[in-house]
Amino acid sequence: MSTYLDFEEPLKALEEQIAQTKEIGDSTDVDMADKVHALEQKLAEKTKEIFAGLTPWQRVQMSRHPDRPYSLAYINAISNNTFQELHGDRNVKDDKAMIGGFGLLDGETVMFIGQQKGINTKMRQYRNFGMPNPEGYRKALRLMKLAEKFGKPIVTFIDTPGAFPGLEAEERGQGEAIARNIYEMMRLKVPVICIIIGEGASGGALGIGVGDKVVMLENTWYSVISPESCSSILWRSWEFKETAAEALKLTSTDMKNNKLVDEVIIEPLNGAHRSQEEMFGIVKENIKNYLKELKAIAPEKRINDRIDKFCAMGVWE
Amino acid sequence: MGWFKRDKEGITTSTKEKKETPEGLWHKCSNCKTVFTESDFVKNFYVCDRCSHHERIGSKEYFEILFDEGKFTELDANLSSGDPLKFEDTKKYVDRVKATQKSSGLKDAVRTAHGKLEGMDFVIAAMDFGFIGGSLGSVVGEKIARAIDKAIELKCPFMIISKSGGARMMEAGFSLMQMAKVSGKLGQLAENKLPYISFLTDPTTGGVTASFAMLGDLNIAEPKALIAFAGPRVVKETIGRDLPEGFQTSEFLLEHGFLDYIVDRTELKQTLATSLKMFNN
Repeated sequence: MSTYLDFEEPLKALEEQIAQTKEIGDSTDVDMADKVHALEQKLAEKTKEIFAGLTPWQRVQMSRHPDRPYSLAYINAISNNTFQELHGDRNVKDDKAMIGGFGLLDGETVMFIGQQKGINTKMRQYRNFGMPNPEGYRKALRLMKLAEKFGKPIVTFIDTPGAFPGLEAEERGQGEAIARNIYEMMRLKVPVICIIIGEGASGGALGIGVGDKVVMLENTWYSVISPESCSSILWRSWEFKETAAEALKLTSTDMKNNKLVDEVIIEPLNGAHRSQEEMFGIVKENIKNYLKELKAIAPEKRINDRIDKFCAMGVWE
Repeated sequence: MGWFKRDKEGITTSTKEKKETPEGLWHKCSNCKTVFTESDFVKNFYVCDRCSHHERIGSKEYFEILFDEGKFTELDANLSSGDPLKFEDTKKYVDRVKATQKSSGLKDAVRTAHGKLEGMDFVIAAMDFGFIGGSLGSVVGEKIARAIDKAIELKCPFMIISKSGGARMMEAGFSLMQMAKVSGKLGQLAENKLPYISFLTDPTTGGVTASFAMLGDLNIAEPKALIAFAGPRVVKETIGRDLPEGFQTSEFLLEHGFLDYIVDRTELKQTLATSLKMFNN
């Protein structure tokens, strides 16, 4: 069963109406085709109207939509189910909130890495809500180094509410793990593509987010803090999350305009979650194009370009 | 009889007329409350003689302590913050910056300088907690990046003195990317085989811990400093119980393998010089 966010409700009503009308047409001899067609047109218009004017906070809600596909869904679709997951950081354990492994992208080996959220209550717990521990970042780095050693490009999928702020995470150096990843990713000799497919929360996202191409899907957010936490710190109340979402300029459009990400990948009109196959296809095409572009550049230059890109970020007087 | 009966209730001396101890003569340790003369306190590197509590100090004090004869050349002293996002919470970001610049006499949360340490060329970036919690914004990132360029130019070691509450929320995405920027620059320093010392002082948290503060060839810290990715309050809320004694202190991090050594401020310069000579030799 699909879940509808409050601003998606009008669509739900229309979709139900269409289903009912179709049923009447099927069960009786009355020809409902015209009526269905009219309703479908109305649905298309309404969809356009709703999604064209999403506020930043609504986009944050979209990024967390329970029906939205997570990393594994993208990877399996893009690799045509050739993905072979590789586990463990070779030190402490296997972090279920971070996944990675080789897969084929139209015949070419690619290292896929991503934060993974759970699809139901039990899995959400198993995946720790997509919040990796240090060993998750260290597993990601191990796999990136593996890809580098064998000259395979890296694609990361970012979707996390943040790195896990637990006791053991601190003990095992959450800060060091993220810092090390940022530092090492900056110098990887192979092409690195990072795609924000849902939530891009702060250091937890950046820990697998340094690449030659950093792109955001349309209905995602990426910032230094979640709107809720920002509200609680700056306004000392959880009530200002909408205001905070606007102030943080965290949407894909704002991040692109501020030159903090390279590109925005436009989603199907009703969002990645309602037209998943179409979304996977779009993402796959984009990855292929980026890879083609990046492979034409010598590794040394690619690294320098990467560093220069991040060094140009910032505003001062 | 009225002349020895108090006829006005309460204290009537106005605050203005009260005799205060003049500022700057005495210092009371914020930990053990022992009182010292300010000059003794400064002479002891702002460390309590009795309980060895390290009082928080800023770039000015660290430069004086570390550079030979307190002489140094400041870099990019006038770089100051823009307002890329037109950010406004309970206060406009531009106003907040201006007010802080006025009250602290600082331009932003880091000052960078080059000078000599026991005769060796040395570049230091020292963060100031007094400026919006030592938060990491565009100016901090840019100044550190340029200081690294200076160290590469002078072919000398580089040190960051971290003292920060983390990323600067009012610069949102821009702030986050400074973590990547400085880390990228540190890679270039490493490529030039120049040592990077990360000196962690109280407090070092959030995005600073998750980037340059943890990337030193040597990670060293002052005693009893709070060093964390997620702050103690957040961790406590997450796990729902009290934190163990000494959690997230320098000593805790040393024990868990994230620091090379802890150094008393009174011995900082000498210890640092010993380390640098090992690299320079």
